[in-house]
Amino acid sequence: MKQQLIMKLLTGMAGLSIGLGAATAFATPESDRQELIKYYTQKYPNVKVDDYVYGALAFDADSKAQYDAIMEFPPFDSEIDKGRKMWETPFKNGKTYADCMPNGGKQIAGNYPMFDEAKGKVVVLKNVINDCRTANGEAPFSFDDAKTMGLLTSYMRTLSDGMLMNIKVEGPKATAAYEDGKKTFYSRRGQLNFACASCHVQNAGNRLRSEMISPAIGHTVHWPVFRGGDRVTTLQDRYKGCFKQVRAVPPATNSPTMNNLEYFHSALSNGLPMKASVFRK
Amino acid sequence: MAEPMRIRATMAGDVADVKVLMNHIMETGLRKDAKTGQMVPAHYITEVTASVNGTKVLDAGMSGGISKNPYLGFKVKGPKAGDKVVINWVDNKGDKNTAEATIG
Amino acid sequence: MNALRRNVLKSAAGAGTVAVAVAAGLLTPTFALAGAPRSAFQAKNLGDALKEMGATGAADSKDITIKAPDIAENGAVVPVEVTSGIAGTTSIAIFAEKNASPLIADFDLMNGAQGFVSTRIKMGQTSLVRAVVKAGGKSYTASKEVKVTIGGCGG
Repeated sequence: MKQQLIMKLLTGMAGLSIGLGAATAFATPESDRQELIKYYTQKYPNVKVDDYVYGALAFDADSKAQYDAIMEFPPFDSEIDKGRKMWETPFKNGKTYADCMPNGGKQIAGNYPMFDEAKGKVVVLKNVINDCRTANGEAPFSFDDAKTMGLLTSYMRTLSDGMLMNIKVEGPKATAAYEDGKKTFYSRRGQLNFACASCHVQNAGNRLRSEMISPAIGHTVHWPVFRGGDRVTTLQDRYKGCFKQVRAVPPATNSPTMNNLEYFHSALSNGLPMKASVFRK
Repeated sequence: MAEPMRIRATMAGDVADVKVLMNHIMETGLRKDAKTGQMVPAHYITEVTASVNGTKVLDAGMSGGISKNPYLGFKVKGPKAGDKVVINWVDNKGDKNTAEATIG
Repeated sequence: MNALRRNVLKSAAGAGTVAVAVAAGLLTPTFALAGAPRSAFQAKNLGDALKEMGATGAADSKDITIKAPDIAENGAVVPVEVTSGIAGTTSIAIFAEKNASPLIADFDLMNGAQGFVSTRIKMGQTSLVRAVVKAGGKSYTASKEVKVTIGGCGG
């Protein structure tokens, strides 16, 4: 049934084999990514792929100029500082987050989400943070708590600024998780009956009322964002928002559906440089 | 509101380019608290002064219409690298803050 | 702010406080022309604010450049930059005409400070952003419309 829905949606994206991935023998995450880039660049030959990291701002000079003005001296600098203090403060047992993580937590965010063979599931960076906390006798943070997980990651992810997104999808179990995320991305849902792709593939670069719609390539490299320069918002916060905006019940953060979606979605941005904690409207 | 402000002061040709990011909630007094239904009292910076090597160069009056964590950029001709910039602010509750930076 | 000026403005009431203070010899003419008194910040419309500042009838000037967005990404944080090419600029004031209190900030500039200010303002709705510059005892003005939208997806 779901396959039929996907096929119906994709007739609107003629010639785009990425959505047919499950049916096409030679589709791989890398070929999916290249297909999408080709699709977007044919539609918008004047927008550089490098600029897709700015999302909708790459399509609107007036918005990009505001982003540049605010990013020159971001009003949320002191919020990131709170995250830095959290990161640097040792746990009760004296260990720190850096002790848990590969490379002390620097230049690693681009590797996540990652498929953990031992656990048999996709692991996101926030899982690594919580595993570190519990391994050192601390309570895990809620993914949804802006004051703890939000601020901590607003600093921690800046340690990976400049890193190229580097999601690996290797082996049948990882591929199944990737395909599950892809299916979520391309499935219509909610009262408005939109898929993520309805806006971010079919209508990237178009306006939905006053909003410029961003392409899926480049989406995942610039999180968290500070909405209005003030309110820290994570990628899965934004996923929930999108589900609600099409009047669908959002999956829980850190659920397999959400983590697999983030896995697929992030692989689309492989090769693009990351920059955390940026301004968005 | 004693959170430190950040100052960046650099020479651009013969002009000192100064950028300041202050930390302040800048409540207009026109906002209703979603939880209590009460109006949040006005709390905002009312005056900012800037001086270079002890000489005042800027004296600004502000209202709650300036964005939270106020940003201020200005330029001064005359100073040179190594000179000291001092920024002071006071808010409508009498809270104060001061910071200084050396022009780079 | 000069303590004498603050006391004078506290005791005087209503419009024309500055004129009264000058006439009473409590303020020298140079102080009278410098910057916006608190009453200007309380004015609920542009005309009253300009009156409190002694800037009614400010002349339109092409030598004032306002850099501000066409459409604000977020009305809570709108970057605005004003550059005055008018010689002898002593102050720059920024207004959002449709805000509850249109005068947002007034910057007195002295001792080498250039005719340039950059800041971020709050706008409640689509409105003209107006700059009023004082130079050589006279007032000049320019404006730019900034549109403000509410809601949307915010992607």
